[in-house]
Amino acid sequence: MTLKNRYDFVLLFDVKDGNPNGDPDAGNLPRVDAETGHGLVTDVSLKRKVRNFIGLVKAEQPPFEIYVKEKAVLNNQNKRAYVGIGKAELLEGDSKKRKGGDAVEEARQWMCRNFYDVRAFGAVMSTDINCGQVRGPVQLTFARSIDPIVALEHAITRMAVATEAEAEKQSGDNRTMGRKFTIPYGLYMAHGFVSSFLAGQTGFGEDDLELLWQALAQMFEHDRSAARGEMATRGLYVFRHDSELGNAPAYSLFERIRPELKEGVTAPRSFEDYQIKVSETDLPSGVTLERKA
Amino acid sequence: MKTYCLEVSGDFACFTRPEMKVERVSYDVITPSAARAVFEAVLWKPAIQWRITRIEVMKPICWINLRRNEVGAIISLRNVQTAMKDGSGDLGLYIEDERQQRAGLFLRDVAYRIYAHFEMRDAAPHKSHHPHLSKRVINDPDEQRAANAENVPAKFLNMFERRATKGQCVNQPYLGCREFAAHFRLIENPSSEPPPIAETRDLGWMLYDMDYSNPTNPNPCFFHAEMKNGVLDLSNVEVCR
Repeated sequence: MTLKNRYDFVLLFDVKDGNPNGDPDAGNLPRVDAETGHGLVTDVSLKRKVRNFIGLVKAEQPPFEIYVKEKAVLNNQNKRAYVGIGKAELLEGDSKKRKGGDAVEEARQWMCRNFYDVRAFGAVMSTDINCGQVRGPVQLTFARSIDPIVALEHAITRMAVATEAEAEKQSGDNRTMGRKFTIPYGLYMAHGFVSSFLAGQTGFGEDDLELLWQALAQMFEHDRSAARGEMATRGLYVFRHDSELGNAPAYSLFERIRPELKEGVTAPRSFEDYQIKVSETDLPSGVTLERKA
Repeated sequence: MKTYCLEVSGDFACFTRPEMKVERVSYDVITPSAARAVFEAVLWKPAIQWRITRIEVMKPICWINLRRNEVGAIISLRNVQTAMKDGSGDLGLYIEDERQQRAGLFLRDVAYRIYAHFEMRDAAPHKSHHPHLSKRVINDPDEQRAANAENVPAKFLNMFERRATKGQCVNQPYLGCREFAAHFRLIENPSSEPPPIAETRDLGWMLYDMDYSNPTNPNPCFFHAEMKNGVLDLSNVEVCR
């Protein structure tokens, strides 16, 4: 099933006593927009979580394999059979010498069929020909916190040392100090887009889209770690356009989702401190708002 | 030919300098090539080619530095073809093995007014280079001529105007990289809008666009960019290869 609609979506998620996205340039401090103090989470960080979630629930099997893998998720080094997904037809033209251009096109389509992340986010294929690229229909922006965030630094101790040499130096005291960074609370908002035209080119269908919504809603539930604290998707507002081209500018739709601090709250510490204002009464004609989480 | 004006804005932008693209450093302002892509995101057919004539910078040039974990490898075509042929194989890319940390110097909080018009060209040679964009390839010369005859400027003018006013697009336009989505707005009457920033600066040599006349090996073209009171006039700019 091919997509027949354009979608623009708003993703709200929060973090409590955790580090949603460390900055490698700043010793893993939470990313901050230095000028305004707002927290940032990169698009690639969010896409990584979508990939991990789908790798997890679909067990890395075609057509939902994940190309760009994280080792922790991966457990199958065994060879998998690719038979069954248009394999027979691919074998037929095999003896003939193909032109480079055809082979690239065929390989591109085969990759799209087998790998969810290639189909959704696109990928670059190495080739001498300049068009070995897949542009994915799903596009995410940086997420930004609603209010400025405060990064806290915590010193922590470990009751063991890594090497003998270290133990000797401490004459058996065997303790090391570490640091971790958290933000007490942050509510973040990211924007996203799904183009039906690009979906047609990669074969990203309705089922894939449902899986994307599911992933965005549940991805943090399966991404627990010492660094992240408590993270959760707090809202996924999907604007569905009746037409492929769309029925309203994206920014005019995004403006309708406005998280605001409740009156009297100066330092937010929970989702309860926010009020999400959604103006959906006078939506442009041809646009419907669906809440997916 | 009618000139259209789009206002594009966004939180971030990165118009990567070709000489600094490992650790990306953006140009000071949007390149004509990135501006063209914004118009193409709204409307493009093989029969038309957008020409950017003027760029107005609406906000002061500010920067932000960000480092991200990136992947340093691309899908190997040969591996894919082997897997296709054998019916088995171990594809996939392990990010810990291919890790690259790259900093980027991006623009922040940008807004531009971009003026452009399009020119007509022969659609036929272009189509054959992009088979995946067109389900039907026309080989018959008569049929091709008939198809070309349908391509009149007025048709595309109306289409563009209709789409841009409603905020319609084929894919969301972006400012250099896809993570930096752009908001766009058709400006009907630029004279009633606020003026660009009052800053004059020599921006040095900038990428103008890629020359696709040889599609297998596109060549970059450059121009000497001079911002005068926030305006980059591209109507008579000299382009060098």
